[in-house]
Amino acid sequence: MNRFVARRFVGSPFLSRVAWRSFCDVASAEKQKLSSDTDEYDVAIVGGGMVGLAVACSLASMPLTKHLSVAIIDSNPALLKGIIITKDDPPDPRVSTVTPATISIFKEIGAWKFVEQHRHAYFDKMQVWDYTGLGYAHYNARDVNKELLGCVVENKVLQSSLLSCIQVADFQKQIFSARLNSMNLNPCSSLSEKDITSTRYQGSFAELELSDGTCIRAKLVIGADGSKSNVRELAGFKTTGWAYAQNAIICTVEHTAENDCAWQRFLPSGPIALLPIGDNFSNIVWTMSPNESSERKDMTESDFINSVNHALNYGYGPHPKSISAGDGGLLSWLGKGVTSSGGEEFKVPPRVVKLASERMVFPLSLKHANTYISKRVALVGDAAHTVHPLAGQGVNLGFGDAYALSKVINEGIAVGSDIGQVSLLGRYEAERKPANIAMIAILDGFQKAYSIDFGPLNILRATGFNVANYFSPLKQNIISYACGEQKLPLFM
Amino acid sequence: MASKLLKRTFHISTWSACPPRSARSLIAVAPSRFFSDSNSQPVPATAGSSPLPPGPPTTPNDAPSPSSASRYGSKRRSESTHSSVKDPELAKFAAISDTWWDSEGPFKPLHLMNPTRLAFIRSTLCRHFGKDPYSVRPFEGLKIIDVGCGGGILSEPLARMGAAVTGIDAVDKNIKIARVHADLDPVTSNIEYSCMTAEKLVEEEREFDAVIALEVIEHVANPSEFCKSLSALTIAGGATVVSTINRSMRAYATAIVAAEYILRWLPKGTHQWSSFLTPEELVLIFNRASLSVKEMAGFVYNPLTGRWSLSDDISVNFIAFGTKDVQ
Repeated sequence: MNRFVARRFVGSPFLSRVAWRSFCDVASAEKQKLSSDTDEYDVAIVGGGMVGLAVACSLASMPLTKHLSVAIIDSNPALLKGIIITKDDPPDPRVSTVTPATISIFKEIGAWKFVEQHRHAYFDKMQVWDYTGLGYAHYNARDVNKELLGCVVENKVLQSSLLSCIQVADFQKQIFSARLNSMNLNPCSSLSEKDITSTRYQGSFAELELSDGTCIRAKLVIGADGSKSNVRELAGFKTTGWAYAQNAIICTVEHTAENDCAWQRFLPSGPIALLPIGDNFSNIVWTMSPNESSERKDMTESDFINSVNHALNYGYGPHPKSISAGDGGLLSWLGKGVTSSGGEEFKVPPRVVKLASERMVFPLSLKHANTYISKRVALVGDAAHTVHPLAGQGVNLGFGDAYALSKVINEGIAVGSDIGQVSLLGRYEAERKPANIAMIAILDGFQKAYSIDFGPLNILRATGFNVANYFSPLKQNIISYACGEQKLPLFM
Repeated sequence: MASKLLKRTFHISTWSACPPRSARSLIAVAPSRFFSDSNSQPVPATAGSSPLPPGPPTTPNDAPSPSSASRYGSKRRSESTHSSVKDPELAKFAAISDTWWDSEGPFKPLHLMNPTRLAFIRSTLCRHFGKDPYSVRPFEGLKIIDVGCGGGILSEPLARMGAAVTGIDAVDKNIKIARVHADLDPVTSNIEYSCMTAEKLVEEEREFDAVIALEVIEHVANPSEFCKSLSALTIAGGATVVSTINRSMRAYATAIVAAEYILRWLPKGTHQWSSFLTPEELVLIFNRASLSVKEMAGFVYNPLTGRWSLSDDISVNFIAFGTKDVQ
């Protein structure tokens, strides 16, 4: 005992520690009390949206992380009360297209069974064309021997499924209904005399101050708070990006029959996408210039519906010629027989008959954090990267981040690492950053390629379409990449 | 270098013939303090006290330690027999001990290699002691000693995995740094650190379930004595894990030329090729210390991913897991 006490005085520059440690028996009991007083957690997830809840659900599902105590900080009251979804409501316009890779992540973390209890729409066909009428591409899941290209699900369904999954799991979590005010990642540099007991062990925690006055300490802070991330700003991460001079209008529309295919047409000012959402409903994501978007938001419902049908049909340009009309075309030698969809003829999307929700407008931009991690902080989802919605990839990248981060934490705990240390979090960044950057670059490339209306460029784009349609290896590659089966594009 | 090589080979082949020279020094040494920098009474807690209480005057060491006493007498510390530790080696580590926890500093290779070493230790120890490998704290209930713990980069993860860890190192500065760093996290603050050598601890008849000495044996003057000490610290049926670098041409090219001169990962002179042991020699040393090697693996570095992984390739870095024979 004497030896124990003697050693504790070694190398200790703080008077407080010396006095503290002379009561070695009391020390452990004090430590227990300390943790309940000052709200200590292993992980603090700032942002309880789809990606934040996916991180929590993922941690709850892995054997070495399910014992971690997690704090979820989000001022949305629905998280505490429960997200209520009634079957009879028309679909919410805020939807996401989840790729098969995301579906398998959800299945692995045990959340997909909750999604299936609500409205969701699998689709296995997709048609992409543009206003010039020079070419079109038809994608089918059977081209890559799969059953589906993706599933369209409302965001609130995804969120409530993840929340249900967390609640049924044997998982220590606490939801704080507040916003994050400030964050201190190096608390031991500010040593105050007044609070001697809490200055102990400060090097291993980050301190968070919430808007309702609560203080939390956590070994790792995960920023899942969206494109205007507070965590990213407080941690001092710089971003690269620019605003697109485009807004997106989203709304739910209704047809007379079920829509089972995803449609996307590139128009001069931006693409319009028609995604099946289930029952006879579809979701529209229409990108256009800001002036047009305010005009379209304000016009009457019937005018809006007419403009949608116009945009999907003969508006702005002719229909592309179907290849089965007899002429092989220049590229038919590329082997259209190899993929089943290479020989599909051009179809016109189903007519929209009714608007089933309000029209919402969002500005579009590109933003990418230069670093995703630093000591005790990691960013996931839109906080790390915001992309153009033209390929429906945004939230899928976020779910990929959530899963990768929780796997890295799991591996770290297996070898006894401190979960906030940079060498561990760096592995998450090294895994996700290249994949995210590749996807962002491609989406940005598409956005720029389609923003110019110039004859030779139009023909080049159309050729690109046709090649992608007929050249099977490329088509299979595109489909695999868009479905999330491949992390990096083009045969890598 | 060739002459050192010959001397080493000669030494190994004749160790059974004559008792190691260091044994004599064990008997003759004056009793030294348990801890290098604390008094037997607690230091009165005064606000202005310096962090390091002044130690008692250094006891003149009358035990001629084999290789180094005569030349490095002035550098000798008071505390222990350095029968198996080479003083110039200590000086090398003392010079850079402030950078132990800087994962981009001179100890970067160790930080990079650490998860891989821990993975091996976790799997072999769990299997040996019958612990659940999927448990979060599989080493709960085990007493482990980290010989040559340095700044504690191995001791802390072991403590997080539930073990009761003791860390010893012959360089005092390292122990201080290890102590300060371990105190930052409640989980690791129970690690017992002390500045001493394995031989000293053997004298105190301490025993542990697992004895781990990673990247140490290539820095000791007498590897066979060192292993005997490690074995004495292990309980019957316990585990001993040693990692080191192979004395092969490839290791010379990689661990010395590439690591020290080209990539500058390690300060020049960190390793002496002649001090490396081949796996066969290590097995022989283990056997003579009543330890039987059960598993051996190599560490391989992938420059593209920047990560180390376990492999069957023991031509450069390798780690051996042995168990103490039950008498």
